[in-house]
Amino acid sequence: MPLSFQDLPVGRDARINELGNASDRLHELGLTPGTIIRLVRVAPFGDPVEIEVRGARLCLRRSEASGIRVSLVE
Amino acid sequence: MSTTIGQKTARIALVGKPNVGKSTLFNALTGSNQKIGNYPGVTVEIAKGSYCVQGRVVECIDVPGLYSLRAMSEDESVALRVLQGGDEPVDLYVIVMDAGSMERCLFLYSQVAELGKPIIVALTMTDVAPNLDLEALAARLGVPVVPVVAHKNEGLKELQDTIERTLESPVVPDIELGFPERVRLAIQRLVEFKQAPNIHTLRLWLLREEEPPRHISDDFRAALTELREDLLGANLSGKVLDSQTRYAWAASVRKQVEPATTSPMQSRTDRIDRILTHRVWGLLIFAALMYLVFQSIYTLATPLMDGIETAMGALSDGVSPLLAGSPLVHDLVIDGVIGGVGGVLVFLPQIMILFFFIAVLEGTGYLARAAFLMDRLLGWCGLNGRAFIPLLSSYACAIPGVMAARVMPDPKARLATILVAPLMSCSARLPVYVLLIGVFIEPKYGTAVAGLTLFIMHLLGLAVAVPVAWILNRGVLKGPRLPFLLEFPRYQWPRWRDVLATMGNKAKTFVTTAGTVILAMTILIWAALYFPQSSSSDAQAAFSRLSTQQQEVTSLETFEAQYQLEQSFLGRFGRAVAPAFEPAGFDWRLTTSLVAAFPAREVVVGAMSVIFGMGEGEDSKELRTALATATRPDGTPLMNLGNALSMMVFFALCCQCLTTVATIQAETKSAKWAWFAFGYMTVLAYLFAIVTYQLFRGVA
Ligand SMILES: Nc1nc2c(ncn2[C@@H]2O[C@H](COP(=O)(O)OP(=O)(O)OP(=O)(O)O)[C@@H](O)[C@H]2O)c(=O)[nH]1
Ligand SMILES: [Mg+2]
Repeated sequence: MPLSFQDLPVGRDARINELGNASDRLHELGLTPGTIIRLVRVAPFGDPVEIEVRGARLCLRRSEASGIRVSLVE
Repeated sequence: MSTTIGQKTARIALVGKPNVGKSTLFNALTGSNQKIGNYPGVTVEIAKGSYCVQGRVVECIDVPGLYSLRAMSEDESVALRVLQGGDEPVDLYVIVMDAGSMERCLFLYSQVAELGKPIIVALTMTDVAPNLDLEALAARLGVPVVPVVAHKNEGLKELQDTIERTLESPVVPDIELGFPERVRLAIQRLVEFKQAPNIHTLRLWLLREEEPPRHISDDFRAALTELREDLLGANLSGKVLDSQTRYAWAASVRKQVEPATTSPMQSRTDRIDRILTHRVWGLLIFAALMYLVFQSIYTLATPLMDGIETAMGALSDGVSPLLAGSPLVHDLVIDGVIGGVGGVLVFLPQIMILFFFIAVLEGTGYLARAAFLMDRLLGWCGLNGRAFIPLLSSYACAIPGVMAARVMPDPKARLATILVAPLMSCSARLPVYVLLIGVFIEPKYGTAVAGLTLFIMHLLGLAVAVPVAWILNRGVLKGPRLPFLLEFPRYQWPRWRDVLATMGNKAKTFVTTAGTVILAMTILIWAALYFPQSSSSDAQAAFSRLSTQQQEVTSLETFEAQYQLEQSFLGRFGRAVAPAFEPAGFDWRLTTSLVAAFPAREVVVGAMSVIFGMGEGEDSKELRTALATATRPDGTPLMNLGNALSMMVFFALCCQCLTTVATIQAETKSAKWAWFAFGYMTVLAYLFAIVTYQLFRGVA
């Protein structure tokens, strides 16, 4: 089921479908279409979030990844 | 490569992703002392050093980290200029890769490999990362791969040998990244043209990321245009395709060379992060940690400080009789040199303890987590979590802090960060706080309140910075909210040798400043207070005039000393400007000390030592006692809680550092912004000092 990055639940693996208007830096850091990412945790005030991608941990703001569409993998 | 009289030279550059260990390797190779820290973006400027083996001098360049050949921030632009040839051609690129973060390192490698330059790979973190199949890696990369653990001096010899061999017979990698057939063929065709640039640039043109320059020949342009149309038609264009292909290649290499186990480092980091970035515990621990830092600066340093004070007193007592023959030299040495410089040196322990904590925070990787925790609190005003690291650096000193703002991709966020960075309470302010807290707060309210006051003084700058940044972003800079992306480092134990080195360096800088700038300033101040000498008869006349009017007077000797101060050049100047600072509770002596500290705030304690020391006449006391007992002309105590606090607040907020102003000018390339920072901080400091004094003057 496709959903927006904003709605990604914590701890679930999801595959990137499209990047939308996300910054170029995101795909250069490995967030390319088809990549599996996981939302690891959310900062105390709800933003930013920590995600795991390609064996690394990135911290980013939800709003900056809002264009990314993902689908959960079972 | 050039050859001078029998000696070969070469230039190599250490490039790679941020935080892979480039500077650690650079330091080990060249014996330099570049800053190292466990977070991305430590190095923001090029550094040079060299080593000599087998009769060849190899000049090394340490380069800021970068993620790709597209620079998004100033530090990356600096790095990119080196890769594009820069001012000085580089003979060999040493690509530094972190064995625990292969895919992003391989991504960058795949781009640099297409620049057509000789490359070798230095593989770091092999002591903590899973064992890689090095032969397979070298085969896939097409260049030599040398594992190193630079801080333990492992692999350096092999690396130098490989560098030497590669300089003699350069290897330019030729790797198959697996771009779609059509793209591959297109590149192949374009490479045929004599004027074709390196493959990386061709790819940028071909995939429509960049337009070719105007001066290329017609047939080359025609071929390029045709191929671009063709690829666009086949839906093979754009930056994402480029990244996607490279990452697919990187993933396949990683899969081949890395054992298929989960890394124990990452799970350890995860366990720590579950607590340190927890919604509740994370914030509590952060606050507690910061409080602990300042409390221990206060309490741990006190015995050491007393030791230095005693030593200075003994020195003064020992030297005094030797100079008895010449009153002028005696006063200069005792009041000016030992009083002034010694008064500053007393604070060496605090500075070293502060830097101990900063080095530990930087070495563990906690800094990036602090940015994660704080982003929301800083974000609303237009700063972002990325600003946290430059701001925290500014607690040591604003100059590296202002420079560290280079890592911020957004120019507006960077400017806002630069302009508020000097508000953070740097280590040079520490002596003033410790001095005044020690005299006016600790004796009455105890060490807990003393530590708390020190903590609040350090928070004040940050608390003021947030609304200032908000106003800047709203009114002056105007911009949208800014992107914030940060790669989390794995936790590490701080390397104690690095921590000690940092403390040692800072101590050296502090003592050097005390021995040069502060010494010169205190001698100047001393002279301006010593001359012109008022005659003893004038003073006695004034004394007898006063004693007939008032019952309570000090001894003639102290009165003479005071009289001399007031009649001196600096005394006259001080009394002329003092009315402006009267609402903040400062008399002419405090005002003079403040004004003298405008070029460099470190001067203030030295200045106060001289001014208050000389005012005591023969039996000069050390500064703390002198401050506690100093009186106004009407006999009431000069200082109390009110003006002790207002003095601290003034120091916390004022931009008393010419070097910072110069650095802001260099970084923003604008004198306007530099003086803006100076101006707004001075005004804020003045107003806040007045408010503080008016609020606290009544508190007994
Ligand atoms: N375990 C281990 N740690 C290392 C090694 N090399 C470097 N480090 C640590 O990795 C961190 C980053 O090192 P730096 O040398 O500052 O990295 P850098 O590549 O210069 O980083 P930037 O200047 O930010 O691009 C520090 O905490 C080092 O102590 C290594 O071989 N093994
Ligand atoms: Mg570095």
